[in-house]
Amino acid sequence: MSFVLECPHCGPREVTDFRFGGEVRPGDDGGRPDAAALTRTLYLRANVDGVQREWWQHRSGCGAWFRAERDTGTNRVLRTAAAEVAW
Amino acid sequence: MKGRLPYNVGGARIDRSRVLRFTFDGKVVEAHPGDTVGSALHAAGQTTLSRSFKYHRPRGLLCCAGQCPNCLVDVDGSPGVRACTEPVREGMTVTPQNAWPSLGFDALRAVDRVGGPFTPPGFYYKMLIRPRAAWRLAEPMIRRVAGLGRLDPGATERRWRTDYRRRHCDVLVVGGGIAGLAAAVRAAELGADVVLADDGPEPGGRCLAEGDGARVAALAERASAAGVELLQGASALGFFDGLVAVWQGSVLHQVRAARTVVATGAVEQPLLFAGNDLPGVMLSGAVRRLISLYGVAPGTRAVVAGVGDPALEAAVALRAAGIHVAAVADARPSPTGEAADALRAAGVPLLEGHTVVRAAGGSRVAKVTLAAPDGTRSRLRADLLVISGGMAPATSLLAQAGTSLEHDGERGRFVPADLPPGVFAAGQVLGHDAPAAAELSGAVAGADAAHELGLGDDASRALLAEDVSALRGASPGTPSAPPPAPPKGERGRCVVCLCEDVTVKDLKTAVAEGFDDIELAKRYTTATMGPCQGRMCQRAVNAVLAEETGRAPAAVGLTTARPPWTTVPLGVLAGRPYQPAKRSALHARHREAGARIEWAGDWRRAYDYGDPDAEIAAVHDGCGVIDVSSLGKLLVRGPDAAAFLDRVYPNRMSTLAPGRIRYGVLTGEAGRIIDDGTVARLDDETFYVTTTSSGAGAIFEWLQWWQADWRLDVRITDVTQSLSAVNVAGPRARDVLAVLAPGLDCSADGFGYLDARRGAVAGVEALALRIGFVGELGYELHVASAHALTLWDALVAAGARPFGLEPQRVLRLQKGHPIIGVDTDAETTPAMAGMDFAVKLDKDEPFVGRWALERLASRECTERLVGVVIEGEHVPGDGAVVVAGDAPAGRITSARRSARLGRGIGLAWVPNGLSELGSRIEIRDGGTTFAAEVVDAAFYDPDGERLRT
Ligand code: FES
Ligand SMILES: [Zn+2]
Repeated sequence: MSFVLECPHCGPREVTDFRFGGEVRPGDDGGRPDAAALTRTLYLRANVDGVQREWWQHRSGCGAWFRAERDTGTNRVLRTAAAEVAW
Repeated sequence: MKGRLPYNVGGARIDRSRVLRFTFDGKVVEAHPGDTVGSALHAAGQTTLSRSFKYHRPRGLLCCAGQCPNCLVDVDGSPGVRACTEPVREGMTVTPQNAWPSLGFDALRAVDRVGGPFTPPGFYYKMLIRPRAAWRLAEPMIRRVAGLGRLDPGATERRWRTDYRRRHCDVLVVGGGIAGLAAAVRAAELGADVVLADDGPEPGGRCLAEGDGARVAALAERASAAGVELLQGASALGFFDGLVAVWQGSVLHQVRAARTVVATGAVEQPLLFAGNDLPGVMLSGAVRRLISLYGVAPGTRAVVAGVGDPALEAAVALRAAGIHVAAVADARPSPTGEAADALRAAGVPLLEGHTVVRAAGGSRVAKVTLAAPDGTRSRLRADLLVISGGMAPATSLLAQAGTSLEHDGERGRFVPADLPPGVFAAGQVLGHDAPAAAELSGAVAGADAAHELGLGDDASRALLAEDVSALRGASPGTPSAPPPAPPKGERGRCVVCLCEDVTVKDLKTAVAEGFDDIELAKRYTTATMGPCQGRMCQRAVNAVLAEETGRAPAAVGLTTARPPWTTVPLGVLAGRPYQPAKRSALHARHREAGARIEWAGDWRRAYDYGDPDAEIAAVHDGCGVIDVSSLGKLLVRGPDAAAFLDRVYPNRMSTLAPGRIRYGVLTGEAGRIIDDGTVARLDDETFYVTTTSSGAGAIFEWLQWWQADWRLDVRITDVTQSLSAVNVAGPRARDVLAVLAPGLDCSADGFGYLDARRGAVAGVEALALRIGFVGELGYELHVASAHALTLWDALVAAGARPFGLEPQRVLRLQKGHPIIGVDTDAETTPAMAGMDFAVKLDKDEPFVGRWALERLASRECTERLVGVVIEGEHVPGDGAVVVAGDAPAGRITSARRSARLGRGIGLAWVPNGLSELGSRIEIRDGGTTFAAEVVDAAFYDPDGERLRT
């Protein structure tokens, strides 16, 4: 596996510069989940074959966390955005 | 040097005026600067360079281009070096591999002569499956017999180190032959940033030895002038999703190019006949290189056999070098062209439609048997048999990039059919054998690549159109014949795979046993799996399988091309053996004080200062000081700082008054402990957070991650490196501090337990935190690292005795304080560790791990971390097993003998039934059994009076 991600701060870098943070998931809305929902939140992931939103950290660079849209089938990164940027 | 040609013949790369010496197998060998180990040895008459993998057959120079396994030697202790490409150096020690007792007389050759237990294909599968014990007996013997050199298991220091280099460029050209150079020149002249990786010592490829040296030299000069980054001695190892790994000496380049031009050329193929692996059997390219580059006479009396022009051209070159050519066998019925004409004119017997069927001799070719089209045999005397089985495009990298191959039946080879986007090919890998055509195709590929990147103009497009039509009209060179099938009825091994000693007969056996698919035959016989990566045998395996199964070569196909395309030492892939060490600003002082320095995570820390018991006593009775600079230190600032901390900590931080400190445990979303530390509120919007030493980096990243998601108005700054910290502890700590910090009210009321104060200590601006991990009155002083030495020296001068990590572990164990990651693991919840006090489920705001903690709270823990008192003089080691009714039920995480308490104490994980105070447990450590009792883990000063005093 090898591809390039564009750090919103530093520019394009090899994937080995980054730490993968998994899927972007909806945050805690404050509502108490039942056991099944809690299990889903903690342990289950969508694991899509296709485009998904992900967290990445430019660990060997500026250290920032950002989001990316990546096709898990081809490893093509469609776009990246700094955490402050809404999308 | 008897094997050298006269001074005016060939030898372009060597300096005949100087002589170097090295040893081979203990004997001194003379060489000229510019020689390779292989060329020098051949010139010195050493034609056997190695012994083959299984049968220990003698092997000598075959390709002289680093493509085959025949010349692998050990150079100065590094095994697997190719003699034919390794430059000579004065004084180097070269040793043959895989020969016993010596290269000249190899006793294990008997395996070859009588046919030993290693003969059958699938040996490992058939013979050693049952009984299992057989493997144990056979393994040492197999290891001795089969092999490719030896590593020195005692070697500790790596002799060389490899760095990674990442290079992004517009165009990467792989291969610096005429096509690759032309591509690089064209792309660079159109403005592209071009990297060219070539595995030779100088650019030019086969043209250097085959009469086009001036042409490639001119191209190389143009390439440099156009700014091409030329990497010489640089082998492309593989194509990984658009990234090409290029190994060059001590650097592994990771090149990512917008466009890649593959100009890897072709690999000259050997022929299949009996005795085809004898020393003295040489590919035509090897002969050309030995003559023109090194001025070495490949032999004295040659027979040449081939399927196309390269063989005939080698015959011409041999004659020009004054070497007798006894006969030339050409598989084509009526060869035409320049070389054929020249040979005929010179009266050299050019035998049309003839093939070679056998080479015979002891350790070198002595007799060659040729077969006429009607099968008539003729035998000739020769010490050199030059062969050329056609040029097989080196398609491996292209195939890794996703190119499919098609079979060219006319020439008996596989060529690229279509290229994936972004990948271009040029030269012989595309089938352009003639240098002029190869150059044109390179220019076309270079222009195409540049144009795709938006470079170029109308003129460059017009030039491209011209080149394309010129390439169409260019002579493809006289076609070669497909390689002849292996002869029938000749005595002697007909080797298909030189690396693994697999013969035609072995492949036939594999097919007969049902392994008739090329991938299966490969795995069953191990053909193509050796260090040449199938360069020398892919095509032959295909041909034999096609013949045996009656299928077309196209249907048989080739095995999957996998990286690495070139053999590479594992050390290159492993990279630099980094073990970064972190040292505190006080490190020098610890060493001066005679501290035992040990690893603690990435840190080098003072384990003790030689007398741990006295150090502990100093803390209990006087004043001690420990360097705790490795603690993670974070500043959390901003209007939302309090809200942020409330969301990451399970307890409340917003209610903390400025100047106060609170202990906090961090849990992940699943409610498991990930770290702990203290939080000091410096003012309304500023918090100073400490983490464990081992968790420092990870917790900073983790907090930043939440902040990236929540985007509160808060900044987190990691000040771990900028600040140093020491903990001054003991009943006299207050006196010591009072002396050094006259501006600070150190009284029990003025600076109470869990207070945070700022002030000058020994003239150094410090943040003083009154906390006590070790259970005595104590102050943690945080100062700028630049001033840490001043502070430390003043503290020591004022009577604080340095204590190390081990005394600290004993002291904290006496208080029952667990160390996160030592006494806890990834599954530990606050309840299990007795830390529920740090979880406030009644908080209104959501916080990380809230729902999981809530659910966990409704369940009974199945195991708990408890304090244990151990009977007897000794204590079990950390990790000892707690047993219940003879079955393991838990474990000891920390155990020490406490001199102060006069007994052995520890922390242990025990199941529910054993966790009540007073429970008796049994501990086993190796063969020793300990009896213990579960007690309150706060062994020392349980009410904390000494701490709060
Ligand atoms: S002769 Fe050296 S690799 Fe073939
Ligand atoms: Zn960055």
